[in-house]
Amino acid sequence: MNDVRQLDFSYFPGCSLATTAAESNRSMMQAARILGLNLIELEDWNCCGSSSAQTMCKNLSLAMAARNLSLAPAGRPLVAMCPRCLHYLRSAQECLKAEVETREALEEKWRRPITTDLEIIHFMEVLARYGLDRLQANARRSLKGMRYVPYYGCTLFRPPRLAKEKYFQGEMENILGALGAEAVPDALSYRCCGSFLSATDPEIVTPLVQEIIASAAAAKADCLVTACAMCQLNLEMRNTSKAKIPIFHFSEILALALGAEDYEEWFIRHLVDPRPVIRKLSRAA
Amino acid sequence: MSIAQPLRHDVVTPYLEKTGKPGLSLAAEVKEQSGTDLFRCYQCRSCGNGCPFVQAMDYTPNQVLRLVQFGMRREVLSCKTIWICVGCHTCSSQCPMSIDIASVMDTLRLMAVEEGVAIGKPNIIDFHEEVLRSLEKYGRAHKLGIMLGYKRQTGRWLKDLDVGLKMLAKRKLDLIPSRVRDVKEITELFQCYWRESA
Ligand code: SF4
Ligand code: SF4
Repeated sequence: MNDVRQLDFSYFPGCSLATTAAESNRSMMQAARILGLNLIELEDWNCCGSSSAQTMCKNLSLAMAARNLSLAPAGRPLVAMCPRCLHYLRSAQECLKAEVETREALEEKWRRPITTDLEIIHFMEVLARYGLDRLQANARRSLKGMRYVPYYGCTLFRPPRLAKEKYFQGEMENILGALGAEAVPDALSYRCCGSFLSATDPEIVTPLVQEIIASAAAAKADCLVTACAMCQLNLEMRNTSKAKIPIFHFSEILALALGAEDYEEWFIRHLVDPRPVIRKLSRAA
Repeated sequence: MSIAQPLRHDVVTPYLEKTGKPGLSLAAEVKEQSGTDLFRCYQCRSCGNGCPFVQAMDYTPNQVLRLVQFGMRREVLSCKTIWICVGCHTCSSQCPMSIDIASVMDTLRLMAVEEGVAIGKPNIIDFHEEVLRSLEKYGRAHKLGIMLGYKRQTGRWLKDLDVGLKMLAKRKLDLIPSRVRDVKEITELFQCYWRESA
């Protein structure tokens, strides 16, 4: 196993994974290393701009995403874990490709070149491309018997300008399926989690989250697995119904399957206790 | 509600003032700024039916496009919908004409801010401002700081205190912000002409 060829990637964690979901970020990086995927954190990265910059100032949001691109060394792909960050980074790259003057102005400002042909990919894409056999070879804990809703939220919805980019449909199922978990197809997998409305207008988001959770409960799922750390938080935080279903970030499940020992440490940070799911797994094993 | 003045070419629009180019209808202006051809919309209403947040909106997304096409500037720039839209792209993924509705919303929000109209959902713009303050200071989003600042600003502390405390207890909110080392590179980017620096 130690002889798996290490593949190097630049890694953009994004604000949510760097803070709110810090432990799962660390375990995921460890897990990735076991798979021979060497995620090298982008030196001095900044926020991708997020919807707030996008809302308030186009130039600002472009420049914030562009600064990250200027920090990425050429020659290895840039991996993002957050689907939104990925959108913003890719959109910025598109824009810098088309607007040479803007790019040159930024390059001059920072005294760094910005490579516009840098490949920007999502971590799931990396796994699906390089990691499926490595995953099976390295799994330490079977996920057999775990019925999960692959919750993509808005991950799969893209602005028309990015319509030619890779589509993630089914990738979570491919990856977690390889580890033995069973996807529950008939829940609200693609319903948006509410994004910032969860902070500004909880009364709008709460009933919608309720519907998502109810759909998962009706489909008899053990848990939901999200592609995005903000979805993970919103779905737990805004669920006021009796049905309490744990919500995992994709990277947590991955780390778990690869034998992470410290999961109790990050599990206690969940707002909904995920331990019943784990007990079910160990009973099945 | 004021009476719309569709496609009048003699009004001095802010666009005219800014660019010196006369005669652009609101729709043409939005088209230019958003890079989205909203004339292609034929009001099939898929976007309005699919938007998860439509119940909280005062106009459905297709109605927003209609208001723009009709040149109803004040109605559309002061509506709630453009602020409630989170840019999830559920709508554009379903739109038979591949219209980037979220980018139209982005453009309309910016126009609303630039033209100083009454903001349809002031609490949302407050929130974005708070996030930007955090980004300007640290280069990354510091959630606790954002929550504290935001709740203070809109006086909604009690409403959400419970969830906030739960998150604190679970260490979901870091006390100390994670920050960019070369934060000057970030602060320099915050030179939007309409905005006071924090
Ligand atoms: S889905 Fe597209 S064509 Fe249909 S109403 Fe909405 S914007 Fe217009
Ligand atoms: S992008 Fe905006 S208008 Fe479209 S579905 Fe999402 S919230 Fe609704």
